[in-house]
Amino acid sequence: MRRVYLDHSATTPVRPEVLEAMLPFLKDEAFGNPSTIYSYGREAKKALDEAREKVASLIGARPEEIFFTSGGTEADNLALIGTAAANEKKGRHIITSSIEHHAVLHTAQYLMRHGFKITFLPVTPEGLVRVEDVEEAITDETILISVMHVNNEVGTIQPIKEIGHLARERGIIFHTDAVQSVGKIPVNVDELNVDLLSASSHKIYGPKGVGCLYIRKGTRINPILHGGAQERKRRPGTENMPGIVGFGRAAELAGQELDSEMERLKGLRDKLIDGIMNRIEDVQLNGDREKRVATNANFSFRYVEGESLLLSLDMKGICASSGSACTSGSLDPSHVLLAMGIPHEVAHGSVRMTLGRDNTEADIDYVLEVMPEIVARLRSMSPLYNQR
Amino acid sequence: MYSEKVMDHFTNPRNVGEIENPSGVGEVGNPVCGDIMRLYIQVEDGIIKDVKFKTFGCGAAIATSSMVTEMVKGKTIEEALKISNKAVAEALDGLPAQKMHCSNLAADALHKAIEDYQNKSKKAS
Repeated sequence: MRRVYLDHSATTPVRPEVLEAMLPFLKDEAFGNPSTIYSYGREAKKALDEAREKVASLIGARPEEIFFTSGGTEADNLALIGTAAANEKKGRHIITSSIEHHAVLHTAQYLMRHGFKITFLPVTPEGLVRVEDVEEAITDETILISVMHVNNEVGTIQPIKEIGHLARERGIIFHTDAVQSVGKIPVNVDELNVDLLSASSHKIYGPKGVGCLYIRKGTRINPILHGGAQERKRRPGTENMPGIVGFGRAAELAGQELDSEMERLKGLRDKLIDGIMNRIEDVQLNGDREKRVATNANFSFRYVEGESLLLSLDMKGICASSGSACTSGSLDPSHVLLAMGIPHEVAHGSVRMTLGRDNTEADIDYVLEVMPEIVARLRSMSPLYNQR
Repeated sequence: MYSEKVMDHFTNPRNVGEIENPSGVGEVGNPVCGDIMRLYIQVEDGIIKDVKFKTFGCGAAIATSSMVTEMVKGKTIEEALKISNKAVAEALDGLPAQKMHCSNLAADALHKAIEDYQNKSKKAS
């Protein structure tokens, strides 16, 4: 059966070039610990430095500002908890948005339980944070603002540059979770005015288990793990060499292909969005149409439930995800869709399709061919459909 | 995560639809929580002769609805009242733990349909 993978925001396969770069570090050829002084160690250190340069180059940073972590989640935890711990004497107020990834949201809630005051900013119905709301939320106590660059569910691109400008004017540390933007849209830490930025390897065809936090020189932040001087004392633990080397190579390739791939995927995405909206009734696109990453489409199909849609798509070989409660392990549907003011029953019928480098025009044609019958079948079973 | 039986009932649900002038209708769930089941029964001489359902919900919600219709067809009211949500889940070779509460409501819908039938019969007599 034909297989179409449309869940690239969840994870991506490791590119062959990336795997090739990693393999020596998994074998006896290059197994050294970069903290050691003999030849194996020096070779590892050299590879570590090169990977750091490649990742830095993708986001316009200096290599010494890149701190490798176990992934985006750890980078977000380090950004929030590390900044809170290092700056709590200045104030205990943090501003974030209500549509952050749980790695930020739950970390903020954790800090709240430890005496920090957190403002969770609302978003527009299109899924965008308003700069005015950030400005209004700032107090003399504010030490950190954390707003994601691209939302993982609806793909909206947030006004990071403007928020960063505001934060800088007020002397507040600014973090962005850029896990869904790095390698997909141009990201430059100076243009965006960010002090901290989280990135992840496995979203850009690198291996899982590695990511990084960019920390602008001079930013006050404490480590959250203890036990070694690695990563300039910010992140202890023997470096995940295969992962880091893979991340470096993936970042290098993503940078080289960014412009062409963005253009190509935008074409496929628009074909998908227009095709679905034209072929099926009672569908809405979730998230702003323009301020949107080229890889994301998120629809709500009225009168049907998301998990049923996913199961039906899976039977046709199509892999997607949903914001329905059934797929989240909780009783509530996506917090992002709810924050956008989308009613529960509409959020339950949401499907996210995220494109990537393996997708072709023929994939989209196939999705557009099977989707109408899937929705029609489920609607014919739905007690809500004939009441509409 | 779902058993083969669940996938079979999800893919080829039995007794989907509505009954015109049914003896009883039962509905459980609400769109906010993501599941609604509506079950129609046709009762003749104390026996459930026909049963149909319409369900908005996840794979488990659709499969349990389909399964309960299969289990109840031809049964007496008394027998039908003994069918529990647990029995429906067992007939499907089990459901994932997180589905046992939210999506395993088909027997409740059946019992509500029977209640509706009994209330109507009382009024008629």
